[in-house]
Amino acid sequence: MSKQNIVIIDTSIANIFNVQRAFHKVGVNTKISNKKEEVLNADKIVLPGVGAFSEGMAALKKNNLIVAIKKAANDGKPLLGICLGMQMLMTTSNEDGVHSGLDLIKGCVKRFDGPVKEKQFKIPHYGWSQISTPKLAPANIWDNSILSGLNNENLFCYFVHSYFVKTKKPIHTIGETFYGNNLFASVIKNKNVTGCQFHPERSSTDGLEIINNFVNIKG
Amino acid sequence: MELIELAMSRNNIRLISRLDIKGPNLIKSIQFDGHRVLGTAEEFAEIYYNEGVDELIYQDTVASLYKRNSLIEVVKNMAGKIFIPLTVAGGIRSINDIRNILRAGADKVAINTAAIENHDLLYKSAKVFGSQCIVSSIEFYKKENGFCEVWVDYGREPTGINALEWAKKVEDLGVGEILLTSIKNDGTGNGFDLETTEKISSSVTIPVIACGGAGKINHFIDVVKIGCADAVAAASIFHYNYAMPKEGHTMQFNNKELRMGKEIDSGNIDFLKFGYGGQRAITVEPSSITAVKELMNKNAINTRV
Repeated sequence: MSKQNIVIIDTSIANIFNVQRAFHKVGVNTKISNKKEEVLNADKIVLPGVGAFSEGMAALKKNNLIVAIKKAANDGKPLLGICLGMQMLMTTSNEDGVHSGLDLIKGCVKRFDGPVKEKQFKIPHYGWSQISTPKLAPANIWDNSILSGLNNENLFCYFVHSYFVKTKKPIHTIGETFYGNNLFASVIKNKNVTGCQFHPERSSTDGLEIINNFVNIKG
Repeated sequence: MELIELAMSRNNIRLISRLDIKGPNLIKSIQFDGHRVLGTAEEFAEIYYNEGVDELIYQDTVASLYKRNSLIEVVKNMAGKIFIPLTVAGGIRSINDIRNILRAGADKVAINTAAIENHDLLYKSAKVFGSQCIVSSIEFYKKENGFCEVWVDYGREPTGINALEWAKKVEDLGVGEILLTSIKNDGTGNGFDLETTEKISSSVTIPVIACGGAGKINHFIDVVKIGCADAVAAASIFHYNYAMPKEGHTMQFNNKELRMGKEIDSGNIDFLKFGYGGQRAITVEPSSITAVKELMNKNAINTRV
């Protein structure tokens, strides 16, 4: 077992246990916590989450975690946002009004454009979709990231979401995915802050590899 | 137009293994009746994970009758080994039941009986856990006159409720998906109820998982192209493929050894021991997960490969 102190922020959503199990599978015991002291003391932080953006942010605020997460991130500690946790890394979200996020990566959260004709596709986006290197990004953009070593021509992960992220700077989008009428940022990265829209803890062996990469990132 | 076709071609269809479970055992019925034991649920779940299935459904077959879900142990035992989405169904009656099952390692719960008795359960649980956690399981029997009636208690009780109306209602109540099972088609291998699947899938905006009837690889193509299913769940066609004897390639069961590795001593294990006369007792053309996905991809239905 690795001796790292990785804290999974307790967003009171049940799937955090599966996040914890996935870390355990790659050899790391993690702590689930909503205490700001523990978040500040962590070597690395995982911010999971499902549900509504405003409720997710409200839960962080209630536990005085917003400042703690921002401080840890600004101190250079690796931070991984998963699903809603990724969306909360952004500047703003347009889910049910305009809400402020953690603003650790500049950009916004938008709803999928609806189908142009009936029976075309459904929202939420449920299921396994492919993650590719953005067209204009440098070919080695996955190096030293959570996608390091993965096959950029055959990487499928499990998604469940109705909203997606658009980074202000294209270079912060390191993985992109197509659903319905939208090409969206499925993996974003700004220095030590990373977010993935899919659930690595439910994305089979490639998902475990992504978690293992996060474990191996130098803090 | 080009964009639409591009978009359609890129939406991946999920392929799901459904495991009907009684105690520790994987069982399989025909039209929800005549359950035979095929092995242990844990052994099959691990096989399906390793074979690249996209999701798993564990259905507790006696839970609703006894008013409790007994799969917590199975879920817990497998949670450290299986890292794909898991839906647990059967006997889920309260917010607390859902919390316990999610905590044990499930990602979603599917609710049928308790939701019919108390519509509010779907609404409340979707509020508490998010829509993505709550699946409405609709098990219906299509009558001779075409009426699709919802049945509860794992195919034991008719309700008089119209499945199409109920599907629209559960969408309004906030569930994230519908698991649509045709009791009449279950285990027969005759193919899915394409007409009902299409009707329901096109009348709701949430994903519909088609279930019941897969017997040949072509059925998977039909239920997506004609039935407009967003995901496809199957049992027998995969179970009988992976339940082949560990040694040898026949399904005639000349010797009396159980086919799966583990000793099983409860339930109806005659099939495991003797095969009920072998291949004739199997209503499907057994197929691997890979073979189904390959054929789907060849037919322009994208899946995770």
